[in-house]
Amino acid sequence: MIEHLRPALVLLGSLTVLTGVAYPLAITGVAQALLPGAANGSLVEVDGKVVGSALIGQSFTAAKWFHGRPSATSAPDPNDATKTIDAPYNAANSSGSNLGPLSAKLIDRVKADAEMLKAEAGAATVPADAVTTSASGLDPHVSPAYARLQVKRIAAARHVTPDVVEALIAARVAGRDLGFLGEPRVNVLDLNLALARLDPS
Amino acid sequence: MTVFGWLQILFILALVLASVVPLGRHMARVFAGERTFLSPVTGPIERGLLAAAGRSSLGPQTWLGYTLAMLVFNAFGFAFLYAILRLQAVLPGNPRGLDGVDPLLAFNTAMSFVANTNWQAYGGETTMSHLSQMAGLTVQNFLSAATGMALAAVMIRGFANSGGDRVGNFWVDVTRVTLHVLLPASIVLALVFVALGIPQTLVASVDATTLEGAKQTIALGPVASQEAIKLLGTNGGGFFNANAAHPFENPTAITNALEIWALLAVSFALTHTFGRMVGDIRQGWAILAVMAIILGGCLVVAYSAEAGGNPLLTALGVDPSLGNLEGKEVRFGTSASALYAVATTATSTGSVDSMHESFMPLGGFMPLLLIKLGEIVPGGVGSGLFGILVIAILTVFIAGLMVGRTPEYLGKKIEAREMKLAMLAQLILPATILGFTAVAALLPSALASLANAGPHGLTELLYAYASATGNNGSAFAGLTANTPWFNTTLGIAMFLGRFGYIVPVMAIAGSLAAKTRGSASAGTFPTHGPLFVGLVTAVILILGGLQFFPAFALGPIVEHLLIPTGQTF
Repeated sequence: MIEHLRPALVLLGSLTVLTGVAYPLAITGVAQALLPGAANGSLVEVDGKVVGSALIGQSFTAAKWFHGRPSATSAPDPNDATKTIDAPYNAANSSGSNLGPLSAKLIDRVKADAEMLKAEAGAATVPADAVTTSASGLDPHVSPAYARLQVKRIAAARHVTPDVVEALIAARVAGRDLGFLGEPRVNVLDLNLALARLDPS
Repeated sequence: MTVFGWLQILFILALVLASVVPLGRHMARVFAGERTFLSPVTGPIERGLLAAAGRSSLGPQTWLGYTLAMLVFNAFGFAFLYAILRLQAVLPGNPRGLDGVDPLLAFNTAMSFVANTNWQAYGGETTMSHLSQMAGLTVQNFLSAATGMALAAVMIRGFANSGGDRVGNFWVDVTRVTLHVLLPASIVLALVFVALGIPQTLVASVDATTLEGAKQTIALGPVASQEAIKLLGTNGGGFFNANAAHPFENPTAITNALEIWALLAVSFALTHTFGRMVGDIRQGWAILAVMAIILGGCLVVAYSAEAGGNPLLTALGVDPSLGNLEGKEVRFGTSASALYAVATTATSTGSVDSMHESFMPLGGFMPLLLIKLGEIVPGGVGSGLFGILVIAILTVFIAGLMVGRTPEYLGKKIEAREMKLAMLAQLILPATILGFTAVAALLPSALASLANAGPHGLTELLYAYASATGNNGSAFAGLTANTPWFNTTLGIAMFLGRFGYIVPVMAIAGSLAAKTRGSASAGTFPTHGPLFVGLVTAVILILGGLQFFPAFALGPIVEHLLIPTGQTF
C-alpha cells in the first residue's frame, strides 16, 4: 500500500492542475478571445441594454406578445426559504415538471390550458408544445404551429391585421438544422423583438 | 415517427460507427505504450508526470497490485473532492458566494463523481462554485473515465497475454489515457461547442431586463469545457440542473448530434481496441454487433412510444403529431430525445436532453432496462467493455454446458474460478438495486420523496437505485433525492456498483492472464460469428429479464397497461 502513496498523490495533484485548472482556463481564454459572443451566453442587446439571451426563453404574459411554452421552473419563496414558488423561465434554476404521463396534475394542467387556448384561437386542437412544459423550463422556441395559433390574439391586442403578424412568423421559422437534424421552430424572443420594432410605442 | 427522425438517428449512429476504427486503433497504441501522433506534444508532459510519480512504481503489476493502486488513487480523489465541496465557501472561485455543501450531499456527490456516476442530488447552478465545478467535478470526470479505461486495458491484457501474472501498470495507463485520449479530445470538442453557442466564461450570471420589464438572472459559467469531458468520459454530470436539456449545454440539434456521438464514441471504439489487442479484429466486431442489436431494439421501442404522443392529452384536444413533448425541448423533438435517452443509459453517461420521468411508460422503460442490463451496450468508457466481456465468459460457459466441452474464450480456458468471480460480480447489481428499492418502498420517509404516485412512483425508486448502482446518473428526476436517506443509500449503491463490481472482474483478468493461450482446434466454438452474437445477446436479455421482470411488471409495464383505462394518479 505504502508504495502507492507517492504516485497517487503526485498524479492526483498534477492531473488536477492539468485537467481542472489549466484545461478550463485555457478553453476560457481561447473562447473569450475568438468567440466572445457565444462564450458569454449569446446575449441580445437593444439600445445597449441586455434584454435576454438568444438561447434562453423568457416569460411573456401580456396579450400583445408571443408566449413561449409553459415553464416548470421555480424560485425560493421570499417569505419562507424552505419552500419554492412557481417562477416561469427562471434562468438561474433550470428544471422540468417531472410529471409522469398518467399524473393527474399533468392532465388537469393541460386540460385547463388547452381549453383556454382553444377558446382564444377558435381552434379544435392545440399543438403539443403549447400545453407541455419543456425539459429545461427555458425552451427559447415554439413550434411554427403554436406561433400561428397566437396570431389572432396578438393582432387584436396590437390593432394590426393578422397578415402582418403572419409575415413576421414566416420570416423567422427555422427549418431543421442541415436539413434533417432536430425540428422546425421559431425563437420567441426574436419574434417579440420584431413585434417591438413594429410598434415602438 | 418521421422519415427525418430516422434519418437523423441513422446519421448520428453512422458517425459513431465511422470513428470506431481510427479511435480504436489509437487507443490500442495508447494501451500498448507505443508512440501516437500526439506524442510530440504529450510525450514531455507524460515523462515529466511519471518521473515525478517515481520510477520505482512504474513497473508491471499483478492484478492485485494494479487494483490496489487504483483503489488508493480513487480514495484520494474522493477525499480531495469531498474537501473541496465542503470548503467551497472559503475557497476562491466562488463568484455567487455559495455556502459549503452539506456533509451527506458532499459524500453523495464525491462518491458519485469518483464512481463515474455523476448522479446529481443538487442543482448545479444553485449549489456548486466554479472551483467545485472545475477543480473538483471536472477533474473526476477525467480521472474516473481514465480509471475505467485503464481497467478495460487490464481485462484485454488478461486475454491477450499468454502466461505470467503481470497485467500492466496503473499509473502509466491512467496518465497515458488522460494525455493521449481524454484531454486532447476534450480540448477540440470544447472549442467546437463554444463555436456552436455553448458559453465558456468565469462570469457567474448576467442580469437582463426582459421585454416585459422583468429582471431575468441568467446563470453562466465555464460550461463548454465541462460539457466536453462529461460526454467523452460517459460521466454525465451537468453544469446546470436541467443538464443537456438546458439551452446553454445543448443549444441546437447539431450540438445534440455531437453530444450523442461523443458519449458513444469511446465505448464503441474500445471493442476495436479489444479486437486488435487480442489479435483478431473480428472478435471486436462481434462484441460491437451485440451492443448494436440491443441498443437498436430499445431505440425503436422508445422512439415509437414517444412519437405517438400521450393518448390522455390527445383526448383533451392536444394534437399528437409532435409526439409526447412534456419534458422535451422543441428544437430536439421526440426523435433526438429518444436517441439521447437510449444512448445515455446504454452507456453510463446519464446526461439527459429530455426528462425521462415524463416519457411515456414504455419510453421511460427502455432507459431503465438498459441500465439494468448492466450498461454494457456499449456501456461506460472501459466499464462497458469489461462488463460485456464478463457476459461473454458466461456465454461460452453456458454454450460449453450445452455441448459438453470445456468452455474457452479466445484460447483461454474458462474454469470454476472465473465463473465464481463472474457470478459474484453479476449478482451485485440486482442485490443492490432490488434490496435498496424494497427497503425504500417500506420507509415512509423515503416515500415522502416521491413526486408521482401509483406505478410511476415505484419506477422512480427503481430508477434511482438502478442509476446509482449502474453508475449511470440519470434520474426520474421528480424524486427529491437530497435527503439523508437517499444521499446515504444512493452513495453506498454507487460505491458497490463501481468498486464491488470492479474487484472480482480484475481478479478474473488476473486469473486469465496467468493461463497460457491455447490455439483454436476444430472443436473450438467460434466467438466471432452470428451464432455467438445471438447467444451473447440472448444471455444479456435473459439474465436481465429474470432478475428484474417482476419489478418491471409492477412499474412501467402495469403503467402502460393502464393507459386505455384513463386512470390517473
